Amino acid sequence: METDVEIINKVKKGDTEAYGIIVKKYMKKAYFVTLGFVGNPTDALDLSQTAFIKAYRSLPGFDQKKPFLPWFYRILRNLCFNFMKRKKSISIIPLEKVKEPYLALKKRNYQEERGEIVGKAISSLPYPEREVILLKYFQEYSYKEMAEILSCPIGTIMSRLYYARKKLKENLEKYFE
Amino acid sequence: MNRKNHHYYKKLLMGLIDGELSPEEKKSLESHLKGCQECREELKEFNKIKGVMKNMKYKEPPDEVWEKYWSKVYNRLERGLGWILTSIGAMILLFWGGFKAVESLIKDPTLEVFLKIAILILLAGVAILFVSVVRERIFVYKKDRYSKEVKR
Repeated sequence: METDVEIINKVKKGDTEAYGIIVKKYMKKAYFVTLGFVGNPTDALDLSQTAFIKAYRSLPGFDQKKPFLPWFYRILRNLCFNFMKRKKSISIIPLEKVKEPYLALKKRNYQEERGEIVGKAISSLPYPEREVILLKYFQEYSYKEMAEILSCPIGTIMSRLYYARKKLKENLEKYFE
Repeated sequence: MNRKNHHYYKKLLMGLIDGELSPEEKKSLESHLKGCQECREELKEFNKIKGVMKNMKYKEPPDEVWEKYWSKVYNRLERGLGWILTSIGAMILLFWGGFKAVESLIKDPTLEVFLKIAILILLAGVAILFVSVVRERIFVYKKDRYSKEVKR
């Protein structure tokens, strides 16, 4: 299996189709983190695709000694922040349970309600704290990976997680006793 | 214990919940937890939140979205190149056409001088507005990267 560096080398030499391998590898991560930020599936799809297009056009300036994903993530988050700045009001997208699909069907209304409450609590967090929650819970990144992506020390990641969870606790405790 | 130390252990609580502590950090935190009720209670609450969150995820879009994802990116890439070439071609034609129009306007003996001047002023105004809009667009693109929210 080819590494990102090998694929990007091909893309830089003009093989646009090879870029498809990179896009397919990271499209889900890109879509879901964007969804967490903007809260709307249509905008999340459009913005994540735009980020891949911007990244493609910026590839000549990409330092291949560094990993692709953190570099791409910075392009994506800038797009998301610009979008949110323009839009101001962000809709809340409900979350759903991962496992137990039958249970989810049986208790449909309960699940939807719970997902909406959690989604709302996450959306109410300030951007830096929302970002670490999205990366930790929905992308399952390690602290080291998050520090690399966000270009900050691990201590800062832990600190943001602490305040984010503290706020989530305050907002959610009355619902999930 | 001072507040600085206390804050350090609060950060370590995150590492404990997420399984990210070194053996030394874990040992140090466990020893702190024995004597600190505030941190023990916070740990209990944070674990509750983790329990709520771990089974949550955003709704998956239909498979079709993933199947068409790359082709949509590819089409937009291709169209982007098309737009760039179209814009360059249109600009060349516009400038060439404008130059020729001004040239024939000046050379036209049937047209009154004041009318020639009025048309030239109008064209100059349109050109200035065009350059101003293009410059503003480029300036906004370069400067307005939402830097306040990105730099922390």
